[in-house]
Amino acid sequence: MKAEIRKLAVFVEEVHSEMGRKVDPPTRKAAAVAVIRNPYAGRYVEDLSELMEIGAELGGLLGARCVAALGVTPDKTESYGKAAMVGEDGELEHAAAILHPSMGKPLREAVEQGAALVPSSKRRGGPGQMLDIPLGHKDAAYVRSHFDAMDVWLNDSPRAGEIMVAVAVTTSGRPLARVGGLKANDVEGKDGLR
Amino acid sequence: MPEPKVRKFLTVVEEILHEGGPVADKPLKRGAILAVIENPFAGHYHEDISGFMKDLEPLGLEMANLLIAALGGNKADIQGYGKGAIVGQAGELEHGALWHVPGGYAMRDALGDAKAIVPSTKKVGGPGTRLDVPVTHINASYVRSHFDAMEVGVPDAPRSHELVVALVMTTGSRIHARVGGLSADAIKGEDGLR
Repeated sequence: MKAEIRKLAVFVEEVHSEMGRKVDPPTRKAAAVAVIRNPYAGRYVEDLSELMEIGAELGGLLGARCVAALGVTPDKTESYGKAAMVGEDGELEHAAAILHPSMGKPLREAVEQGAALVPSSKRRGGPGQMLDIPLGHKDAAYVRSHFDAMDVWLNDSPRAGEIMVAVAVTTSGRPLARVGGLKANDVEGKDGLR
Repeated sequence: MPEPKVRKFLTVVEEILHEGGPVADKPLKRGAILAVIENPFAGHYHEDISGFMKDLEPLGLEMANLLIAALGGNKADIQGYGKGAIVGQAGELEHGALWHVPGGYAMRDALGDAKAIVPSTKKVGGPGTRLDVPVTHINASYVRSHFDAMEVGVPDAPRSHELVVALVMTTGSRIHARVGGLSADAIKGEDGLR
């Protein structure tokens, strides 16, 4: 593996009630995070291809970790998202190199299908900072009940020369979703939008 | 007193491969489980609250077993533990103290014959408040390599009328422990201290 991983973390959140109402079945979201060495920290490098390869590795690894943590078969997953936070000695473009060119394909393999764009966010930050991972339905970006996000943080990451890379996968939309729009069971799942 | 009303669970498992030194053969795992529950005493001063400790016992045991499962499922792998609570702003610190007995009982019961006192901490806070949960060896509090901590919290909890209760377990010493003191293989494991 090209990625030099210092630490991995997996978060699972289960909501059982909201505003005193039962959420049945509970909504479940998982996020997997890898803290890696930034090979380009502290200097400008034109060619970012090493981080693109790392992105592909981590898309598969973190996607599989999420699915395992949810304890379901990949076809039971419903939404996904990705994000990266670059430590202070790196640049935002390093996050882009991990997230955009190569991460999607192995991530889609891990969750099966995935016709929709994987929503993403990125930032530069320091240890303990929150990273918001946006979430959208994996086969149809317009499914309104599945627009969501998951926050992750690690108190000691990212250090200056590190990058924190995160993938989130769910088996559900928001708890008590009720603002209309395209529903998950009406999805065609061909164009990634509807 | 009714059974605790759970709004959500969050589990977090960190796998630490190194922290700048040699990569460990076996990564250290640090795990936490947090439950967000309704605080039945929020908003008023109640003199008699101690009955709730008994009500928390089944939840504690369920959480301890879920955490062991998240750490690989083998209770013999667990070497360190700690616990904590965050009280929403309509409650008082004393409500957090209700977690001492059921939280500790739960982990000792789930782990079998753990001898050491379970270190703990608590505070009043709002959504996103973090808590540094102290961790020590499960059979001998003086084991220096196992003095550790895990920062935990829930992005949207505790709301003012909620409590966050937390359990933490680890599978070993700090990843590059090297400051001497009583070592885990030299303990007697009788008095919970050495």
